Order: sequence, then structure tokens, then C-alpha cells
Amino acid sequence: MARAAVSGGLRVRRTWRPAVLVERRPETTSAATLVLDVPGWPGHLAGQHVDVRLTAPDGYQAARSYSLAAPADGERIEITVQAVPDGEVSSFLVGDAASGDSMEVRGPVGGWFVWKPENSGPVLLVAGGSGVVPLMAMIRSRDATGPGTDRAPFRLIYSVRGPADRIYDHELQRRVGEDSDLDVTLIYTRTAPAGAPRPTGRISIDDLVSYGWAAELEPTCYVCGPTGFVETVANLLIFLGHDPSKIKTERFGPSGP
Amino acid sequence: MDAQAEAAYDGNALAGPLSEVFAVEVTTAVGRCRGCGTSSQLARLRVYGLEPGLVGRCPGCEEVLVRIARTPNDLWLDLSGMSALRIQMSELR
Repeated sequence: MARAAVSGGLRVRRTWRPAVLVERRPETTSAATLVLDVPGWPGHLAGQHVDVRLTAPDGYQAARSYSLAAPADGERIEITVQAVPDGEVSSFLVGDAASGDSMEVRGPVGGWFVWKPENSGPVLLVAGGSGVVPLMAMIRSRDATGPGTDRAPFRLIYSVRGPADRIYDHELQRRVGEDSDLDVTLIYTRTAPAGAPRPTGRISIDDLVSYGWAAELEPTCYVCGPTGFVETVANLLIFLGHDPSKIKTERFGPSGP
Repeated sequence: MDAQAEAAYDGNALAGPLSEVFAVEVTTAVGRCRGCGTSSQLARLRVYGLEPGLVGRCPGCEEVLVRIARTPNDLWLDLSGMSALRIQMSELR
């Protein structure tokens, strides 16, 4: 359906559709990627999310919203879920969900925190923890535009507590090696690996100056993470002269989505 | 919840519930606050929830712009904090 593919399905009213888990892939000790088969999935844009609803045998239902982690592969979609303490949905999805499990999804939803491959300007991505998920979808869909085209230059600044918390670590390293227009900088807030060039600590204005884009280049900035992280980074970007209308933010709860 | 407490979510969290009733993606629409006149994309609202419902507040003055509650049979939508909602039709190709 060409129109839906172009628009990311922005016009269609959403209802819950059945989905089946095809694969659960651990990313860290507390995060996993889930591949879902969703008959009739209309396609989506990088940065959009999907609501997932689980129904217990007694009829109890719980729904949560998760960022789509990759471009759609036909009717297959991927989400990456970070387990949050006492998170009834996230703990199940990360630790217990098994191939063949049924659930329901509603989406794609959201149209503001999105990146479209036809946007060729520079992009700054700033992630706190599992806020990297929608930003990875942007990196992956940029790649899907194919080599030889005029691809937007991307810089990712990714803040994690320590090396064990890095999601997509190997894939990011591979992509940086293959792609001169993609830079990735890790910010370690508590524990840094040996030889890390930067001392541990929260993201600072120096990090945004050193590893981001100058405001004069008018990059589009996408910031995703916990509320405090997002507000800090957005304020620093505005202080550095970035146009507030080019700073797009998405925040999840104090401890995780 | 206390209006001074840090909002756990933003207006992106409104997209799912609103997608059930609006035929267009409405978090990119711009709402004008009846209290202070600030215009904001709904995606930029400060959102509190998830239970018993979602409350979206103006990033300018914390006035409540949107309230959404879902019951088994109904969706309650209170937009009374907004004086206007502008939906960019050119985006909807």
C-alpha cells in the first residue's frame, strides 16, 4: 500500500491488532529486543512507537508504549525493552516472553519525534540509557536509504552508566567502521572501560560542543531519555544557540519506559 | 499528582490513546493554552500518568490542557484547557 508506506500511516486510525512474538534477543542483562509478527502492519517512520498490550488468563490487561527499534521488515517489527524495577510489562517482555506468545499492538503512533530519510541535513542524536532505541531506528533507517545516496551525516552521543549497559554495542561499532558519516561517542556516567578518553560523569556542555554539531550547521537534534536527562540536554542545546524548533525530545518515566 | 512534581512523560505518550479516536496523528498538532496563550505541539506537553488517566500540562504555565481517561466502554477526552487546536493538513500526504 504505497500511500501508507510514504506517510508512515499517519492518517489511519489505530486499533489493537494481534501480534506474535517470533524472537527475543538479549541486548544487556536487563534489556531485550523483541521481534513481533504483526499481520497487516502498515509501515512506520523511525522514531514512532507502538503500544503493546498483554492479557493475563484472568482477563487482566496492561499496556505500555515502546519505541520501534528498526525499520519494518514487511510485517515484522522490532522493539527493544528495558526492564524497569517493578515493571509488570517490561519484566515479562525482557525475561519471560517466549517465541509464539500472543499479544496485541496498536500503532505506529507518534509523528513528532520522527526522522524521515529524505531529510538530508545533519542530525545530532543524544541518548540517555534505553533512550537510544528510537535513535537506533533512525540510524538503521538512514542505512536503509542505501549507499551512494546523499545520506545525512549523523552523530550519536550515548550516555550509559557503564559498559554493561550499552545496547546495540557491536552493531554501532560495526556501523561506525563502515560509515564515515556516522560518529558515536559514549558517555560513561559511573564506570568507564579502561582507556576511555573521557572521565566518568554526566553529560556536559563540553560533550555537546566536542561531539555534537555547531549550531551554525543547523542540525536537527533528537534527545531521548529519562526526564531529567532530556531537560538538561535540551537546555544546554538552546544555550549553545540551537533553534528550539529543531530540538525534538522524547522522555520516558524517571526510571525507564 | 502535584503539579510541581517532575512530569514522567511527555505528549508523545498521548499518541496511542488519541490514535483510537482521531483519524490523523494529532500529537504534531499545535494547541493553544487557554491560560497563558502558549502554543505547543501536543508532543511537547508535560504528561502525568499513566493511571488513572493521562494529564497533559502546558510547558509554559503548567495549566492542564488535556485529560484522557479510558474505561472499558468509553474514552473521556477533556480539551477544555485549550482555546484552539491547529492540525497541519500539509503533513498528511
